[in-house]
Amino acid sequence: MKQLMQGNTAAARGLYEAGCCVASSYPGTPSTEITEEAAKYDAVYCEWAPNEKVAMETAFGASLAGKRSFCGMKHVGLNVAADPLFTVSYTGINAGMVICVADDAGMHSSQNEQDSRHYARAAKLPMLEPSDSQEALEFFRKAYDISEEFDAPVIVKMCTRVAHSQSLVETGERVEIPSKPYEKNISKYVMMPGNAIKRHPIVEERMKRLADFSETSDLNRIDKGDENSVGIITSSTCYQYVKEACGDKYPVLKLGMIWPMPDKKIREFADSVNRLIIVEELDGFIEEHCLTLGLKCEGKSLFGCLGELSQNIIAEKLGMNTPSGVKLDGSVKIPARPPMMCAGCPHRGLFFTLNQAKCTVLGDIGCYTLGAVAPLSAMEMTLCMGASVSALHGFSKAGGKNAVAVIGDSTFMHSGMTGLANIAYNQSKSTVIILDNSITGMTGHQQNPTTGYNIKGDPAGKIDLESLCRAMGFKRVRVVDPYNLKECADVLREEMEADESSVIISRRPCALLKYVKHNPPLKVDNEKCRSCKSCMKIGCPALSMKDGKAHVDETLCVGCGVCEQLCRFGAFKGGK
Amino acid sequence: MKTKNIMIVGVGGQGSVLASKLLGHLLTSRGYDVKVSEVHGMSQRGGSVVTYVRYGDKVYSPIIDRGSADFIVSFEMLEAARWIEYLSSDGQIVTSTQQIDPMPVLTGAMNYPENLLAEIKKTGVKADALDCLKLAEQAGSSKAVNLVLLGRLSNYFTDIPLEAWYEAIDSCVPKKFLELNRKAFNLGRNA
Repeated sequence: MKQLMQGNTAAARGLYEAGCCVASSYPGTPSTEITEEAAKYDAVYCEWAPNEKVAMETAFGASLAGKRSFCGMKHVGLNVAADPLFTVSYTGINAGMVICVADDAGMHSSQNEQDSRHYARAAKLPMLEPSDSQEALEFFRKAYDISEEFDAPVIVKMCTRVAHSQSLVETGERVEIPSKPYEKNISKYVMMPGNAIKRHPIVEERMKRLADFSETSDLNRIDKGDENSVGIITSSTCYQYVKEACGDKYPVLKLGMIWPMPDKKIREFADSVNRLIIVEELDGFIEEHCLTLGLKCEGKSLFGCLGELSQNIIAEKLGMNTPSGVKLDGSVKIPARPPMMCAGCPHRGLFFTLNQAKCTVLGDIGCYTLGAVAPLSAMEMTLCMGASVSALHGFSKAGGKNAVAVIGDSTFMHSGMTGLANIAYNQSKSTVIILDNSITGMTGHQQNPTTGYNIKGDPAGKIDLESLCRAMGFKRVRVVDPYNLKECADVLREEMEADESSVIISRRPCALLKYVKHNPPLKVDNEKCRSCKSCMKIGCPALSMKDGKAHVDETLCVGCGVCEQLCRFGAFKGGK
Repeated sequence: MKTKNIMIVGVGGQGSVLASKLLGHLLTSRGYDVKVSEVHGMSQRGGSVVTYVRYGDKVYSPIIDRGSADFIVSFEMLEAARWIEYLSSDGQIVTSTQQIDPMPVLTGAMNYPENLLAEIKKTGVKADALDCLKLAEQAGSSKAVNLVLLGRLSNYFTDIPLEAWYEAIDSCVPKKFLELNRKAFNLGRNA
């Protein structure tokens, strides 16, 4: 029977059915659930690696040892793993290896909207692009066969709408693939110049064979249309938007294998229609390829390269009518509802401290990036995972003053450690604050090397942050409780005044973790509240002003007591 | 049949995930082609969240576009107003009257708009508003607002028997919360 299944769950089912035995990933929206779901199958060993580069190298090692392997990541994670990616293209694999990258057009939860398809072309690797959950399952299965047939890792590219949409899926059975014994092969697997020079032509030859495969594979198919005034080439979720907007009116060449593309099939399709239109999100990847084939086509001139597309956008650009939608009276102003730190979030107290100290805060990637939002407004830079620590070093070396770095526990293990090593080695006077909430928060609570648990929640190795920092040579390593504002302010001042580098660990578990015990909600004594709004400076969703007095939403308040510490009139009561 | 579109809107953390799971299960069990689309990650942290549920003979797009929703099921008044452009002109809003201040209101930069329900009705769309939070608390937990809303919504699906809704609740809700959720559903349906 068909089941309603999220794209990522279907992808996990696909790698399970394909006989994958080892999966190593780093969480990142919208890719996280693939590995989480795969971990539910006992036949697949799954783990969270400290970062995507480690995950990819782990998957490569497993392939080398003879087991089908997997690594998954979001688009920016593939940048981190780009180093092994480009060279594993040269070495090839032993057992099948599949890399999944999930793009986030529209930036629902990302710092950029890069188009990962360029990596397939740049690294000379095959890439498949499913358009719904059923295809996610099937394409993962096919990817392993292609990987072994062509001696190359295969990239499966997802996007937010395929990864996080549910559609009906027919599942199959797992195939047990016998292990392929590891064989020593120095010329294939040791990529020093003398060997790599010999591997490069093999890569080029492989791309030719893959292009031939792309011509005849059912991954690339044509849906017939009622008329040929227009023909559309598309892939991924855009295929669904095109079919929604146009039905069977126009013929559609749907590319399931986005690299290498089937040139002959594209030419024949182009010849069969009067006007060729390319529908793709972000960059004109298919369009530019069509242009190199000398084909006349339209794409980005119609749809642009920003954000997500939809059925209405496509219908409008093809000259069809779309519903305008109901409109409220123009006088009604609807306030935005941006995401914000949860009530009781341990990051809040620390960011309030930084706001009050008027530090320049170089930030990083995680829930705590919300420290940049008003009223805390206590973050002035966020670039990529780990950049807070390394940029602080550069900022200090260039004479920048009164600056700190903030980075979460998981992000620190991902790529903050190397930046910290640079501070220890090249000796800048820098204060790094590790926001240790004992979990990878933003992506929905994944374990990491500092939590002491593995992906299944079983006990695992635990890296001690204090010992690690001391081992790097930091003499000043302090731990503070972010619910204690005075302690945070005192320690921050002392460490910034000190004559050497330091690390402050702000430690308290995420308030959403199930094991965290909350205090009863606070109440406001209206007699004592002087309406000074001091408590409103922390931007807590549980606090508002009602009839001129501070008001606590008891359904949200977890009794963290940070607001209480800001009240000079003792108006808050209850809590601990 | 023409594809039907249900949007579920609210504030991150209000329970829209269970609502869409239950609708997905229900509509799949009725033999429809179904697609459900959610967004995870940063926007979930107290931000405006939207889930699309689409069903029919053959569903292509996983998302609902402007002017196309047959129903907007809303956990919060401001969110019902925010997404109203997505409603088709003969669409139906089913909303909780709960109001949750967003950050610009909390900081005093903006006001929570007054008389939103009246403003919504002025556009000519059909709006069914009730205090789902109160009914959920009556059922035993403020977290059961999602089931109150679904109970209310069920009145508009005359072709789906009550037993099918109950079966979907039984399949999607942990056993120990079954009674609470059924009660919340019935309170919403009969209020």
